[in-house]
Amino acid sequence: MNDPRFHLALRMGDNSLILAQQNSKWCGHAPTLEEDIALANVSLDLMGHAQMWLGLAANIEAKGRTADELAFLRDTQEFRNALLCERPNIDFATTLVRQYLFDAWHLEQLGLLCAGSDISVVEIAQKAFVEVRYHRQRSSSLVIKLGDGSAESHTRIQNALESLWPYFGSLFENSDNDYILFKAGISELPASLRTRVVEQLSADCGQSTLTLPDSLFYHKGAVQGHHTENLGYILAEMQYLQRTYPSSNW
Amino acid sequence: MSIESPLWEVFIRGQHGTAHRHVGSLHASDAETAMNNARDVYTRRNEGLSIWVVPSNQIIASSPSQKGSMFDPSQGKIYRHPSFYDIPKVVKKI
Repeated sequence: MNDPRFHLALRMGDNSLILAQQNSKWCGHAPTLEEDIALANVSLDLMGHAQMWLGLAANIEAKGRTADELAFLRDTQEFRNALLCERPNIDFATTLVRQYLFDAWHLEQLGLLCAGSDISVVEIAQKAFVEVRYHRQRSSSLVIKLGDGSAESHTRIQNALESLWPYFGSLFENSDNDYILFKAGISELPASLRTRVVEQLSADCGQSTLTLPDSLFYHKGAVQGHHTENLGYILAEMQYLQRTYPSSNW
Repeated sequence: MSIESPLWEVFIRGQHGTAHRHVGSLHASDAETAMNNARDVYTRRNEGLSIWVVPSNQIIASSPSQKGSMFDPSQGKIYRHPSFYDIPKVVKKI
């Protein structure tokens, strides 16, 4: 596929899809009823974004594949989501911090895409932006409060920040397609967002007792489809039904 | 969290101009979280344009044991309803 917009739509769609799938595992299991519903709401928002982005990718590709086929019939190495999204849930703190780091990047990225030159990309970005603005507000408020909460909640949030940090950078990895998209005025280079996003995270952590890691190291390769082992498990569960009963319908 | 978090009552205004109505309650550690939780739990199907959250312990409620002295006297006083007036024909809606 030569149209670089295909890769942009796929990457945006895969990020939202995989994170939505991960968050949805909390449905019925979150620490409180209020968090349970809130997490499910976020998952549904992200799933809606994934549907729009993968729908756009399928349109651009024009090979008769649908958004559903892109979601359920690709294998791990064809996925382009950042490594952060596929990290295991582990505990509520890890899930929350993963969402928090993702939201900070997501809002910034959507804001830039809204100002881009491609109308189909701009339309999706504008729809998603409204929802992600709330995601960002909610996750940052919770992370700051739990960071300042009890000794245990502080330790758990701080540990989650440190354990997810080497995967967070994956959101900012440039690919060859990104340079083409940048020259066409459709999107900024992913790496160019990092300073701004990290500044916002530092400002949040500055209001609390949390310490933002400052390492620049991150695991590379997601943009070429090199993923962690966990993505295989996520897809096995997510794709089971379509793989076992091909073309089955809701 | 739910064990030690205080209880809040949630009021939602559905449409412009109508009154806030009590829709339920929730647990939250502080006012901001209560507002976010109210948004997530009670307005996810586009129910509202405005939310009030009130700490449940700030509500002064009438006591069930005083039901008799509070409400019995208002029974059987139909003259307190505006049912004994002739409505002029020119008034179509009242």
